[in-house]
Amino acid sequence: MYMRLIATNLSRHRVRSLISIAGIAFSVAAMLAVITILQGAVGMFSNILSNDSQMIVFEKDVSDLFFSNVPVRDAAEMATWPQVAHANPVLFGVVTSGAQPIITCFGVEADDPRLKKATWTAGNPASFGNDEDGIVLGQRAAVFLAASVGDSVPVGHARFHVVGILKTSNGFEDGGVFMPLKAAQNYFHKEQMSSAITVKLKSRDDVTEFKHRVARGFPELVALEGEEFSRSYSQFRILKATAWAVGGCGLLLGGLGVANTMIMSVFTRIREIAILRTNGFSRAQIGRLVLGESVIVSALGAAAGLLIGILALNLLKAIPALNGYVDASLRPGLMAGVGALALLTGLAGAIYPMVYAVRIRAVEALRFE
Amino acid sequence: MIDTQQTSALAGPVLLAEDVWKDYDGGAVPVLLGVNLAVSAGETVALCGPSGCGKSTLLHLFGGLDAPNRGIIRVNGKKIDGEDARLPLLRHAIGFVFQLHNLIPDLTLEENCMLPAFAAGLNKQTARERLRELAERTGLAHRLAHRIQKLSGGERQRTAICRALMNRPGILLADEPTGSLDEKTGAQVFDLLMEFAAAEGTTLLMATHDRGLARRCTRLVEMHGGKIDEASRAE
Repeated sequence: MYMRLIATNLSRHRVRSLISIAGIAFSVAAMLAVITILQGAVGMFSNILSNDSQMIVFEKDVSDLFFSNVPVRDAAEMATWPQVAHANPVLFGVVTSGAQPIITCFGVEADDPRLKKATWTAGNPASFGNDEDGIVLGQRAAVFLAASVGDSVPVGHARFHVVGILKTSNGFEDGGVFMPLKAAQNYFHKEQMSSAITVKLKSRDDVTEFKHRVARGFPELVALEGEEFSRSYSQFRILKATAWAVGGCGLLLGGLGVANTMIMSVFTRIREIAILRTNGFSRAQIGRLVLGESVIVSALGAAAGLLIGILALNLLKAIPALNGYVDASLRPGLMAGVGALALLTGLAGAIYPMVYAVRIRAVEALRFE
Repeated sequence: MIDTQQTSALAGPVLLAEDVWKDYDGGAVPVLLGVNLAVSAGETVALCGPSGCGKSTLLHLFGGLDAPNRGIIRVNGKKIDGEDARLPLLRHAIGFVFQLHNLIPDLTLEENCMLPAFAAGLNKQTARERLRELAERTGLAHRLAHRIQKLSGGERQRTAICRALMNRPGILLADEPTGSLDEKTGAQVFDLLMEFAAAEGTTLLMATHDRGLARRCTRLVEMHGGKIDEASRAE
């Protein structure tokens, strides 16, 4: 009977119910898309750092890795430690080039594992690092710069010649430029410096010892495990918080839509609620009816929103310009979280209408003829 | 659950108003001015009087839909005070029939009638059997699956009677149940009320302007200006 009463009321004002469901749906879709894209971007950036390494060493207390300065000699010293398999300095920079507003530059040494392990579609690892103006392009960067091996391409204020093109699944790397570390230092005016050192240990058991050794030997640096870095890096935290905040605002708007629908629903049925009360419905039963309607609207909205969100992510992924930057892989936890948040928002939106409904005095309501 | 029939038989009047006062808007609109009324089990009592004399208000107080400012309302000997007392009253002891049928138009006749049974948590099968019985007796058996909009005025009021009697209440409160019907249909509805009262031993307290119908009740009580006419009460 509850479901019958709920369905009757929702179908009585179909357009209003659909608008409310759509409000929740688009909020959920927006939240899912924004968070998935940002988490994907954060994941991709983390992967750059954790490529064939477990530890990241960078300057303590910097807000952004682009501002981090780590002397290359520190990497050389760490590479001699017994627990270290290899330590590779990497210098990050961002430049513009022609119509491309952002190109990520990676200043790396010739023996950097991310070059060795990548799939080279043109040129080979041996050709990198022989001269300072020889760069390797990610495959997508090669497409948008319309460059092939041997070409001279503008990168920011300088020109470089392409010695290789490599293919990688990481959006940043695939759309990026790999420069010899020395060239990058000159280009970005960071002589003898890198942004971070990525370190592979011989054994995972050495993580604590490595951290202690860095803390003792290099008090201005900090060493974090890849996962630890993703959690604590302030830029990632800001991005994630922003994503949740934007999504939360969307849901709040959706929740207000539900609240509005439920308020209208209750206001237009004062007499009906009074009739139910005269037929023995308790305040709790009336409250459950209002909450039930809200839950159904929110659940339908959440389900529709998840479908729209998944569709939107796949469409974004298919856009060539965004290829590689959008990681549309959905996390079940995120979907459950967004869905639960939508339900909670719907429930919150039903609180005032519910309180109003349970306070309706049958005797007064029945006087409205 | 309140055993309406047995309690009333043991405890004297099933409906009792003792010096009941009721006003609205903080005293600006006085409605009941010290009403005393006792109705015994099985009685059919007509409450007559001009509009605004307090008939409906008194019915609402007996039904637990409102509370008096002063005085005591007892139903089946139990003082009606607060939600805890009102809810079992509405679920088991009292059935309401209003001038306007007060049915939910988007639901079917059956669904409307099942509302009190659902609210009271009655067994669905038992409730269905009871509804079939009531529908047979009111000539609505063929209309069970019809929505309220499809029913005539008389059918709607008969539906309201079925709904009021679903949970076998010992007391039926009827607030001008024939007021919105033509004379012939009104008489049919009144006949039904009287038949059910006789067949099920239900106590009937009915507010009405129709003196012809009122005289067919076992007792006629007159109200004037928020008070009960002492002579009529003793009738």
